Amino acid sequence: MRREAPQKLTDYGPLAFPAIMLIVFFVIPFGTMISVSFFQRLQGGFYTPAFVFSNYERFLSLFFANVLGFSLMLAVLVAICCVAVGVPFTYMLTKLSRRSQIVWMVALLSVLSLSEVIIGFSWSTLFSRTAGITNLLVALGLMDKAIALAPGFPAVLTAMVYQALPYTILVLYPALVRLDPTLTEAARTLGATPIRAFFSVVVPALRTTILATLIMVFIFALGSYLLPQILGRPQHWTLSVLITDQAIYQSNMPFAAAMAVFLVLVTLGLVALTLFAGRKREAVT
Amino acid sequence: MSVILRRIYFTLVGLFLSAPLIVVAGVSVNAKQTLAFPPQGLSLSWYVDIFTDTGWRNALFASLTLAILSAALAVSIALPLSWFLWRRIAPWANIFQLLGIAPFTLPPVITALGLLTFWATTGLYGQPWTAVISHAIFFVTLPLVTLSLGFTSIDRSLVEAAATMGADDRTIFRTVVLPLITPYLVSGYAFAFVLSLNEYIVAYMTVGFTMETLPIKIFNALRYGYTPTMASVTVLFVVLAAVIYSLIARYGDLLKLLGANSEEKT
Repeated sequence: MRREAPQKLTDYGPLAFPAIMLIVFFVIPFGTMISVSFFQRLQGGFYTPAFVFSNYERFLSLFFANVLGFSLMLAVLVAICCVAVGVPFTYMLTKLSRRSQIVWMVALLSVLSLSEVIIGFSWSTLFSRTAGITNLLVALGLMDKAIALAPGFPAVLTAMVYQALPYTILVLYPALVRLDPTLTEAARTLGATPIRAFFSVVVPALRTTILATLIMVFIFALGSYLLPQILGRPQHWTLSVLITDQAIYQSNMPFAAAMAVFLVLVTLGLVALTLFAGRKREAVT
Repeated sequence: MSVILRRIYFTLVGLFLSAPLIVVAGVSVNAKQTLAFPPQGLSLSWYVDIFTDTGWRNALFASLTLAILSAALAVSIALPLSWFLWRRIAPWANIFQLLGIAPFTLPPVITALGLLTFWATTGLYGQPWTAVISHAIFFVTLPLVTLSLGFTSIDRSLVEAAATMGADDRTIFRTVVLPLITPYLVSGYAFAFVLSLNEYIVAYMTVGFTMETLPIKIFNALRYGYTPTMASVTVLFVVLAAVIYSLIARYGDLLKLLGANSEEKT
């Protein structure tokens, strides 16, 4: 049976349920959020329909500029760390037997599925004074006394890399597993060491993939809403944390919505950039 | 030389991925109510606690119910959509594919906040079933992606043969398409199930004040006082995820789902 255009109205039948669900519970909530971002905030967590820009005007403060700058910087750092670790790892992973690949993938998927709450809790335990990694160092005689490593910036960064690394590897995997093996074989035949072949052949061949992955991991890291809160100090809070905080604890829905709209715009801009990079790649090959 | 380097690299990454979980597993077998590592004494009572303590048991039950129902709803949205896109030429309908992928691609806070404002505006905020719909929309991406992959792997000549023999759409779907697509359906369901079980922010923003799922319970415990039960629940979650993904790998082609070529070719 070939694909054909729908002829009768009933041919559209199967589309009805998915379309209704997605419109009612995704498009409309999205629209609601945008309109709330223009609403006027009242005392006590309520808000009233209006069309004001005051929620957006708050972006023009130094505090907000700092939060935005920090969020972007943190997400860039996470993306760079993950890609730097992930590319060689994924490349070597694709060279393993199918069986070993499956074992690694099950482990990576399991870590990726973990709730941010659980990741935050696990790392705060690992970094704590009573149950942390420093106890191990004390036992080995490398340290005098166990100390707490969180809260602090290194703790936030480590946990966010932990959260994003499996994602990075899964994004890289399809491109790397389909990479033509003759490329490296040719380099090896010509006398390059495996490491040299990796950097002079594999990495250049994957330039656009790596760029696209960097952007995707960047967006992923931008969405982290709990780790900076659990493992960092207030100055380490990101835009996502701030949105959650304003919506739930400060009960300032209009401001939270305005920040969320802003975050969407940043994300969409980056998605467009990824698609652009992908199209360029297609044009090249 | 390079084999040794590779071993070392894999060991380091493996250690990084497992270190926090090892510590948590250690904490979970503490004899007393302390978060100590290495554990002081050995006791499995914190695992028993998940099922005997009313608070934790209710949270576990709420999480499981939510995950079972929302994954089912996600699949029931994704299946007709991906079938339609495979069966018909309707370019504009791709917009729904895009809408299905968007909630998962955007930062989760955005989907969560959108749903929060929506449920608050409609006055349904806090109803347990709103979390089911919210999670289904949030995770519809996963069955949608696995099913789209499944449909592209169906050999169209099979379907054509059935059509030539006089089978109508309904019969073809039941006898040819459904059996071929089932592995993708199951793995899509499993992905959505595991992620829903672990999801925090959407659940918190929609029903956080009326219902406690396990991640919400863990977060509240994190704020208001540690207990080793948090650690035992974490271990339970990791094991559950690993078992489910291993089952997918056992009965399906996990690597193909993740983008590798299919088993026969390699």
